[in-house]
Order: sequence, then C-alpha cells, then structure tokens
Amino acid sequence: MRTYLRLLWTFFRVSILGELAYRASFWLQIVESLIDLGTALAFISVVFSYTRALNGWSADELLTLIGVYFLIGGTINMIILPGMNRLIEQVRQGTLDYVLTRPEDAQLLVSIQQIDMWKLLDVLLGIALLVGAMLWHGSLPGPLQLLAFALTLLAGAVIIYSFVLFLATLSFWYVRMENILVIFESMYEAGRWPVDIYPSWLRAVLTFVVPVAFAVTVPAEALTARLTWLVLAATLLLAALALLASRLFWRFAIRYYSGASS
Amino acid sequence: MTHLIAVYRQQLKTAIAEQLQYRAALVIWLIEVALGPAVSISVWSTVARNEGGEVNGYNPSGFAAYFIATMLVNYATQTWVFWEFSRRVREGEFSPLLLRPVHPIHADIAQHLAYKMLMLPVIGLVTLLLWLAFHAGFTPSPASLATFLPALLLAFALRFTLEWTLALLAFWLTQVNVINQLYVVVVLFLSGQLLPLSFLPAPLQTVTAWLPFQWMVAFPAQLLSTGLSAQAVLTGFLAQLLWLLLGLGLLTLTWRRGLKRYTAVGG
Repeated sequence: MRTYLRLLWTFFRVSILGELAYRASFWLQIVESLIDLGTALAFISVVFSYTRALNGWSADELLTLIGVYFLIGGTINMIILPGMNRLIEQVRQGTLDYVLTRPEDAQLLVSIQQIDMWKLLDVLLGIALLVGAMLWHGSLPGPLQLLAFALTLLAGAVIIYSFVLFLATLSFWYVRMENILVIFESMYEAGRWPVDIYPSWLRAVLTFVVPVAFAVTVPAEALTARLTWLVLAATLLLAALALLASRLFWRFAIRYYSGASS
Repeated sequence: MTHLIAVYRQQLKTAIAEQLQYRAALVIWLIEVALGPAVSISVWSTVARNEGGEVNGYNPSGFAAYFIATMLVNYATQTWVFWEFSRRVREGEFSPLLLRPVHPIHADIAQHLAYKMLMLPVIGLVTLLLWLAFHAGFTPSPASLATFLPALLLAFALRFTLEWTLALLAFWLTQVNVINQLYVVVVLFLSGQLLPLSFLPAPLQTVTAWLPFQWMVAFPAQLLSTGLSAQAVLTGFLAQLLWLLLGLGLLTLTWRRGLKRYTAVGG
C-alpha cells in the first residue's frame, strides 16, 4: 500500500512540474470551472423558483448533489480518464511494452500514469459546495451518515474506475476506443440531477449501462439521509464485484496482448 | 451566380467525403444531441408534475415538444466556426483560403450545410425516439407551421453571420477559448435551449428582448411546438431581418479590419 501511495505521489509531482511550465492554463481552468459551476447554479435557481422540491429534493439537497457531481467528476477527469486515454494511445502505438516491463503492477501503473492536476479545482469546488450546502441546511449530518457518505463515495469512484478500465481494456481488441470514453463523458453530465427524475428507461441506462447513478446520486442520498441499508449494501457489493471483474478482465487482456511495435 | 453554385457543389462534395471518414463521431454526436433535451424534458416535467401537472402553461408533453423543437432548430442553426478560427490564424491556414477567388465564408457555409445534410438521418432518429419516449404534444396551427421554414432559414443566416463575426476575434486575440465558452453558455440560456424564455426572471427577460439570441433558436422552436400569434410572428421576422442586416454590416467591417491585421505565420 505504501509503495502505491509513493508511486501516486511521484506521478503527481511529475505532473505538477510539467504543468507549472504553463501557468496560463491555471487561470483558464479556473474560468472554465467557474463557468461550469455558474451554469449549474443558475439553472438550479431558476428551477427552484418554480417549485419547492424536485421529486422530494429541496434546493440545499440538490446543491449537495451538485457538490458530489463536481467532486467525482473532478476525480474522474484528474486521474481516471487521462490515464485511460493514454493507455488506449499506448496500445495503439505499441508503447505499452515499456509499461509492462516495469517492476510494478501494470494495472496500477496505467491507472495513475497521467494526472491532470488542474482538475483538482473541480474537486475543491465540489467540497466547497458540499460545505456550503451543509451550512445552508443548518445542521451537520450524523456520524453514521458521514460514514455512509464516505463509503458510497469510494464505492462510486471504484465502480466508475472499473467501468472505464473495462472500456479502455477493450482497446486491446478494438483500436478506436477513445470515442467510447467521450460517450462516457457526455453521459456523465446527466448525473447533475438525481436519477429518480428520469423516466425508467433512462434511469436504467444511467444505473447499469453507464453507472452514473452509483457515482453521484447514491453518495448524495447518503449525505441527505435517504439511503436505505439495502442500497448501501448493494452498492458496496457491486463496487467489490466491479473491481474484481475489471481486474480479471485486465489480466486476461494482458495475456492476449502481443505488442504492436517492432 | 452560376459560378457560385459550382463552388458550392464542389465544396459540398469534398465536405461530405471528409465527414464520411468519421462515422464513429456520428454515434457520439447522436448521444450528445439526444441527452441535452432528454435531461431538460425530465427536469421540467418533474417540476410540472410536482406543481400539479402544469407550470407556466406547460405540461410534460408541452415541455417535450418545446425541447425537441429547440433541439431541431439548434441542430439546423448551430455552427462551430469560432472554435476553428484561432487555429486558422495561428497556423497560417488562412493564406491558401485567401488566395481563392471566392470569399472564405462560402467554404464555411458549404461545409456546415454538408454536415447538416449528413446528420439529417441521425437527428430524425433522435427526434422520433424522444417523441415516443416523452409523449411530446405538438400543437402548432397550419399557419404557424408554414412560417417555420422561413424563420428557420433566417435563424441560420443570422446565427452564422454573428458567429462568423465572433470567430474573427481570433485576428486580434490568441486565447479565444474562454470567450467562446462564455458565448456558448450565454446562448444556451438566452436562446431558450435550457428553458422556455418565459421562465427566466423578469430582468433577464428584458435583456433577452434586446439581444439577438432568442431569434436564433426560441422563435422558430415556438413556431414548431406551440405556435405563435400573427403579431408575434411578424415581430419575430422583423427582428430577425434587422439583426441579420446589422450582423452583415458588422461582419463586413470586422473582416476588412481583421484582414489588415493578419500576417501569415508559416503555412
């Protein structure tokens, strides 16, 4: 475990050093994140000027949901997607060979090899929103709720990671997988709203085809005290299964991989 | 004139051949284009249901019709020129375009038309699916429907002119991405794509009345989904024409000044 953290820190440091050469992108990222946040907040404020609760979600609870959306979205865009996009590139160019020969677990290396550190801003914005929503609501969630929130947040991140890893691993067989990741990105946008407002077919897609529901709605439910024990247990079980399945699939794919270079 | 038609025919042919190389992008575009309206319809239908079935005169099937109509109008009028100009200027791609004996805007118009023609089956499929999934109720009068097509054409001309002028900013600025993003958000709100304009707070409604954006999307979309009174139709056409003339003037002026600034780098 300590090796993993050390590796993560090393990659993060390398990314910081690389990025500091382009300081203008910091300001661009700030403006971009703020535009994103402003759009979301403006839309919500208009919606809540016409209703007091959206399917039972009050304005401050929906703010919590947006906070989770930014938190998870920032994490996905900071670590998960950059690494997976690079993996697809490496498979196509045959440079994955170099990763495989390194003395660390290859899945770990490809998962943290590329970090877009400016997306940390979205993570911070997400946390700020969560705190803001809590202050607005006027009461702190209980320790059990916080624990459930932490667990579901982790489970949501694990489910998304496993899902994206699975898609990226398909590139061992199909070359043009980067488009699939773009589809995933646009589907994630639907997570801005609790999935229970969508018609059942769309909810099913967002739960089981692209698991946005687990990543955003479930943690927000945990924090707003509407999560049942059954859903909590199911989410954790699904996260464990997804991680295991993507791990097995990765091992299987690596054996199939024969290198494209030379 | 025949000369220009020949130019357009050739441009269309090349653009279509080019686009066919990226068939996977069609699927991505299908999902992206369907998801926006699906989310908006779901959100506003939920609001309507929570408030007893109707809000501001819209019920769920009315919302569905409105947002499907805005999706169609947006597809027809949307451009992406302002994302491309900065590269054109920076990498000297303008130089060969300027050497041609026709104004470069024609190549862009032809490229956009080609793309829209190719996407027609995709957008048709999305429309059908959304219509069935959300039980959209279109209620326009025949007269309102008859004015839809001219309104749509004017909306395209207006939006293309304004966005091409916006793109010309790349002659003066090297970083246009932030401006473009702001523009996209403003259009999203004030053209009526995220919500019918009557849902905006009153001060913002006054602002939209003095801006060109509603004539680019909301006006044709309302003609198609709910229909408008004769007077509103007339006002709409007048506003579209006025803004188009203003836009064309602005475009000519900016283009002349920008060309003087342009010094090719590389290319």
